[in-house]
Amino acid sequence: MFPASATKSEPSLRINALVKRFGSVTAVDGVTLELHEGECLGLLGPNGAGKSTLIRNIVGRVVPDGGTISVFGARADSTAARNALGWVPQELALYPRLTCRENLQAFGRYHGLSGAQLAKAVERCLGWATLSDRAGELVKNLSGGMKRRLNMSAGLIHAPKLVLMDEPTVGVDPQSRNHIFEMIEKLHDEGMSIIYTTHYMEEAERLCDRIAIIDHGKIIAQGTHAELVQGAFGSRSQVLARFSGADERVAAWVAEHGGTAVDGVAEFSVEHPAEIGSLLEAFAKAGFELLDVSLRRPNLESVFLHLTGRELRD
Amino acid sequence: MTSAIVRTAIVSLRRDRAALALSFLLPVVFFSIFAVIFGGRRDATPKVKVIVVDEDRSRVSQRLVQGLMQEGSLVVKTRPQPVKGTEQPEYTAATAEVAVKEGTAPVAVIIPHGFSERPISFGPAEAGRPAIQLLEDSSDSVAPQMITGLLQKVALTSLPDLMAEQGSKYFDQFAGGLTPEQRDRLNEGIRRLGERQESGVATSGSRNGGIVAVTARAVVGENKNNPMVSFYAAAIGVMFLLFTASSAAGALLDEAESGTLDRVLSSRVTLTSLMLGKLVFNSLLAFSQLVLMFLWGWAVFRLDFWSHIPGFIVMGVCTAVAVAAFGMLLASICHTRAQLGALSTLLILIMSSIGGSMFPRFLMPEAMQKAGLLTINAWAIDGFTKIFWRDEPISHLWPQVLVLAGIAIALFAVARRVARRWEFA
Repeated sequence: MFPASATKSEPSLRINALVKRFGSVTAVDGVTLELHEGECLGLLGPNGAGKSTLIRNIVGRVVPDGGTISVFGARADSTAARNALGWVPQELALYPRLTCRENLQAFGRYHGLSGAQLAKAVERCLGWATLSDRAGELVKNLSGGMKRRLNMSAGLIHAPKLVLMDEPTVGVDPQSRNHIFEMIEKLHDEGMSIIYTTHYMEEAERLCDRIAIIDHGKIIAQGTHAELVQGAFGSRSQVLARFSGADERVAAWVAEHGGTAVDGVAEFSVEHPAEIGSLLEAFAKAGFELLDVSLRRPNLESVFLHLTGRELRD
Repeated sequence: MTSAIVRTAIVSLRRDRAALALSFLLPVVFFSIFAVIFGGRRDATPKVKVIVVDEDRSRVSQRLVQGLMQEGSLVVKTRPQPVKGTEQPEYTAATAEVAVKEGTAPVAVIIPHGFSERPISFGPAEAGRPAIQLLEDSSDSVAPQMITGLLQKVALTSLPDLMAEQGSKYFDQFAGGLTPEQRDRLNEGIRRLGERQESGVATSGSRNGGIVAVTARAVVGENKNNPMVSFYAAAIGVMFLLFTASSAAGALLDEAESGTLDRVLSSRVTLTSLMLGKLVFNSLLAFSQLVLMFLWGWAVFRLDFWSHIPGFIVMGVCTAVAVAAFGMLLASICHTRAQLGALSTLLILIMSSIGGSMFPRFLMPEAMQKAGLLTINAWAIDGFTKIFWRDEPISHLWPQVLVLAGIAIALFAVARRVARRWEFA
């Protein structure tokens, strides 16, 4: 549906030591990244981590203070890069008094499309977003999920080879979110290179081949899901235990025994499940009343917590 | 509870600069403008310009001209302004008529040949008596009336000897005449009056009518169906064009806020081409509004629209582009719709009041008339008045075209410069 044709030798996107400051705040702090052809890279980080600024740097809406960006070998501010890039901003960047079709036509023309080529692109995007039957509807009358899908379509009207999606599921209901996931998976299957920013680890786990964790403008880890977990925890598992009693006392005791306590939940990592027994014994000796205990494999949330000491949604 | 609501409202208002400006600044500014125009400030009383042509060139006519020149409420012009330091020849009846048509002065006074033979009379006008001719611009209904009255007053104050002489003639005619001794004493008195007047000693006299014969002819607007309609079509039209252009330009702010502007600028569209596109659209919108205003004037108020199409197009396009650029500048300066609404209301009402959209500029004090030239309104209204009122050829529109085009270019250039904040972060 959307042709993806990068040369094998050149990565879709190469970012080297990118820096962007706003006054005294360094929003992007020496980011280095590569995106390979047909790859979906997730940028995972909490709000304010610098994800959107990084995307806006790539798309040329922000002038970096340092570093370089190349898109299929071309400078990010070149016409070739603009043609190769598609951008789905976090905001619903649409004309509310235009219909779905008119919006797509407008953005298509801004990208230089016209005539039959434009008409074909509009129909293709309407079909991808399953909005063909709502093509004549004013945007302001669409549901939130439909607006999100149209917002995504508008970013792909010129058939880019690399698409940057900045939290495209913000504010949509679970059903619409699933619909959007399917649209992205379809693109991915067709070989489109994608950068997907989110602060939902489930989205990153489901959609992305690789994940870069970003915090305070820095990439603090990147790799596949398995690589990130392996890098942070090795083969260890997590034991989560909830106690009754004074939080301060519990936290002090947990820290003393090599764990962390967040919101009254103590977290330990163990190499073997059998180690749970000795932990439970120590709890009992300390006089804590155990409410529940569970064992789980670490996830991206755990990785983020491990790396930053904070939760993704802080 | 009520006090809590009042307190919340006060805090909100205090932090809303736009609402504060509209609430407190605009009324004071407006009050000041109206007070200056209509409040009769002594140092700002408008003077009426009048062109005087003395064809008679007699002692009597020269005294009348001197009398007019001494009137504090008049600015008497007997010749055009020097051109490049070269003194221009005195006005003739023909050049004075052209000057009135061009709006140099709202009225010209022509003192005809033979005026001194029978300058004044009492009672009904006499046939064949040379009358002073007033050439009027009927768009100014005040100045000709004022000049007519002042002519009578000046005749009373500057020609007392002639009045006494005319009085004695009436006495001779209706009372059987004077004795030779009385005649000699009267003639001596009349001679002294004439000498005293010519020596510059002022005399006073009460206003009266009909002492000097005056005929008036409108040289501008004499054939107009509805004289002030074209003025108000332009005046009101320009004011609303400014409001519409500012509001339309506000689309830029909406797009910036929604993120659409970012998306557009990430495509092949540059900020310059985007702003040019908006300028063209807003100009078309403004021009369409003007067309509607003038068509309505034609359909309902018998405005002579169809015979002035070329001039209308020239002035319409220039005005539309200038107001569109003005709107673009305001939108570029402001950060929110609310700011734009407040600033545009403030500026447009001020511009409209001093630029002649609310009342004609010729009614304003001289200084305010000059200040009005800083507004788009004044230049646009002057241009439309030239076309629809004075029936001047398109070539005479060059000052208005140049100024409006210059304003458009300058405002757009500044708007583009200010809009750089949208270009990159």
